[in-house]
Amino acid sequence: MKTVIIDYNAGNVRSVYYALKRLGIEAEISDNPERIKSADKVIFPGVGEAGSTMQYLQSKGLDTVIRELTQPVLGICLGMQLLCSFSEEGNTKCLDIFPNSVKLFKGTEKVPHVGWNSIFNLKGDLFKNIPENSFVYFVHSYYVEILDDTVAACNYMQNFSAAIQKDNFYAVQFHPEKSGETGSQILKNFLLI
Amino acid sequence: MLTKRIIPCLDIKDGRTVKGVNFVDLRDAGDPVELAAAYARQGADELVFLDITATVERRKTLAELVKDIAAHLNIPFTVGGGIKSVKDVSVLLNNGADKISINTAAVKNPALINELAGNFGSQCVVLAIDTRFDGKDWYVYLNGGRTATNIEAFEWAKEAEQRGAGEILLTSMNHDGTKNGFAVNITRKISEALNIPVIASGGAGKKEHFYEIFTEGKADAALAASIFHFGEIPVPELKTFLSKKNIPVRIPLKSSDESQITG
Repeated sequence: MKTVIIDYNAGNVRSVYYALKRLGIEAEISDNPERIKSADKVIFPGVGEAGSTMQYLQSKGLDTVIRELTQPVLGICLGMQLLCSFSEEGNTKCLDIFPNSVKLFKGTEKVPHVGWNSIFNLKGDLFKNIPENSFVYFVHSYYVEILDDTVAACNYMQNFSAAIQKDNFYAVQFHPEKSGETGSQILKNFLLI
Repeated sequence: MLTKRIIPCLDIKDGRTVKGVNFVDLRDAGDPVELAAAYARQGADELVFLDITATVERRKTLAELVKDIAAHLNIPFTVGGGIKSVKDVSVLLNNGADKISINTAAVKNPALINELAGNFGSQCVVLAIDTRFDGKDWYVYLNGGRTATNIEAFEWAKEAEQRGAGEILLTSMNHDGTKNGFAVNITRKISEALNIPVIASGGAGKKEHFYEIFTEGKADAALAASIFHFGEIPVPELKTFLSKKNIPVRIPLKSSDESQITG
């Protein structure tokens, strides 16, 4: 099985690489379209700002590559947000796999939403063997609402999507690579799809 | 529900853990990687590594250590101690640190906070403040508490947030090492005024102190060293205690499957 982590200026590429290594998987980190297209599994990580990241992906032609992938793809954090159609962060037009907009948290609590929070209404392959209300680690200021495609929910001032899935595209708002045993199991579930 | 974080702090010198550590089940308590993994297994939510090495070889040793920690640790960690520049931070983040903490360098050059937030995002910039109450107000101290300034901790915290700091790590020098509890008043004042998380540090001696800093002190996270290192308050016991008192904390659920993937 060949797993490729898309290499771009995201902060957590190495953390994701190490998390897979702990599972016994030696992933390839690459921005080469052919290497990405030929992978069995693709991970699209992300820590950073939406606008500049989309520009970077476009400059490398990776936006088209990602859109056209047919194998299982896992977007993480900003990677998930960029799979949506639009982000309020920098008013950015994104990859449009999911039809919704990504919105800025507003309300009485602190922003960003940082720390361990519980996830619920878990569905599908990604959350196999994961008990309801398991804790995972989040760091984000923007969120995806609850959609028809939501496969895990979380609550911070309101319910929002902790994970979404459509066809071969899986995406999580939290950081499975930093979410202890629960996160490892979720990554493993993805690799076993 | 978002939980309150419990953060053990490890002091590092020349790539090794310092301060006596009395941890059962460890082959080498001076090995930061092994100690960190033990804390992760206990259910610590995050770790802070504070490098106190004074030698010129410091940067290189620390960078290598961070890589090693990142390879083994499956929870977030922050690295601090002597960080002065964008370049310092870039190396640590590329090697797998989730956040870095800056202290003296940020006071001397506040624009460093803007620069780091601009380059790497606020989420990885922790501003550490060492502060002491002089009978009238809380003032910022530098160089590990050795140098006094006339800067008020509250004002500095507000400025740091505006400049792009993502979290404040607030250590009360009046309380640090006393085991008499955290500095509740200044922590609450800063936490209520700011829209970013505040980590309280200094003074933890009993489980009740954590309850107090999370409720009256409005802290988002609490950091301690010796009480964890010497096993005086094991992390699981502290979390069970807090949970019974209705403080939201993460009690990790056992993984059903720890095997590696083959193929």
